[in-house]
Amino acid sequence: MHDIRRIDVQEGILEENDHIAEHVNEHLSAHGVLVVNEMGAPGVGKTTTIKNIIPHLKCKPYVIEGDIETDIDTQDLRSLGIDTFQINTYGACHLDAPLIEHQVDHMSFDEPGVLFIENIGNLVCPAEFTIGEHVMMLISTVTEGSDKPYKYPLAFEKADIIILNKVDLIPYLDFDEDFFMKGVRALNKDVPVFRVSGRTGEGFAEVAAWLDKKAAELEVKEHEHHHHEHGHHHEHGEQE
Amino acid sequence: MHELPITQHIIEICEKHCREAGAQRVRLVKLVIGDYSGYVGSSVQMYFDIISEGTLCEGAQVEIEHVKPKLRCPSCGTLFQRQLLSFACPECGTDGEPTEIGKEFYIDSIEVEQ
Repeated sequence: MHDIRRIDVQEGILEENDHIAEHVNEHLSAHGVLVVNEMGAPGVGKTTTIKNIIPHLKCKPYVIEGDIETDIDTQDLRSLGIDTFQINTYGACHLDAPLIEHQVDHMSFDEPGVLFIENIGNLVCPAEFTIGEHVMMLISTVTEGSDKPYKYPLAFEKADIIILNKVDLIPYLDFDEDFFMKGVRALNKDVPVFRVSGRTGEGFAEVAAWLDKKAAELEVKEHEHHHHEHGHHHEHGEQE
Repeated sequence: MHELPITQHIIEICEKHCREAGAQRVRLVKLVIGDYSGYVGSSVQMYFDIISEGTLCEGAQVEIEHVKPKLRCPSCGTLFQRQLLSFACPECGTDGEPTEIGKEFYIDSIEVEQ
């Protein structure tokens, strides 16, 4: 007769990923680099959005491109003089924290700025895996239809900023913006929503300004953090 | 398809706990999976049976508790499951807010054989 025992495990299966993500976040925070996890379905204009934001950005841009295959987007960005690194997942549907940690270890962050990480084109899994971001940027479009917040609630719930792209096409579509915004607000009360067009370039200056502000806040926070640590050591020293 | 690497990880966590308990093998794994976790229970089950071969989890039964996502009504506090294309509370009609219910993805417990 075998002796059978029950063991209470209560262990999150993604804990290891989250732990590595935290490490990436701390590492880049220390360099004053704001990490932006850019997600959205295939064809919403994720690369186009990065290309349109960067000229308006006051701080330095860094880019990691995630794709299942090819480095077309990376070549495209490099041709514009933007330092871009490629991750190919060969089948995997999302980027995870270990992939980003490995990539970030091979990059040098010589000045504060914004690191754009373009996730795999997919509205489902990227929302579930944190990769060390400060900001989850969701790209949605008027061509996808106004029901997307209702169909993919997690992505809209987790977003820190929502870009509504292709607004120049609204006159030709039946996009119900009130219904779209009602869904967004139910899931995410305060998230800023920026209306942009990758074709006309409208709206991206405002997005860049929002990111610059976030990056600047990060630098202040890091500064205060170091200051605090310093003060702490000092206090400690006095006690001894 | 992203259940394959994660199932590998589940087996590793179970083996770790089994070894720590000084047990011979795992005979039952209880998982809690929320519908919004993005993981499909039946896929985890399928991969588990295949890749647990030769591990301490070989032959173990997988029991999955599924959790339906719930919203909380900010007006009347009702916890409810949403209807298609709506977040409205069935009691008062106010749009509900997301909660953590339905996002679970963890190993609850295992049964090991001494």
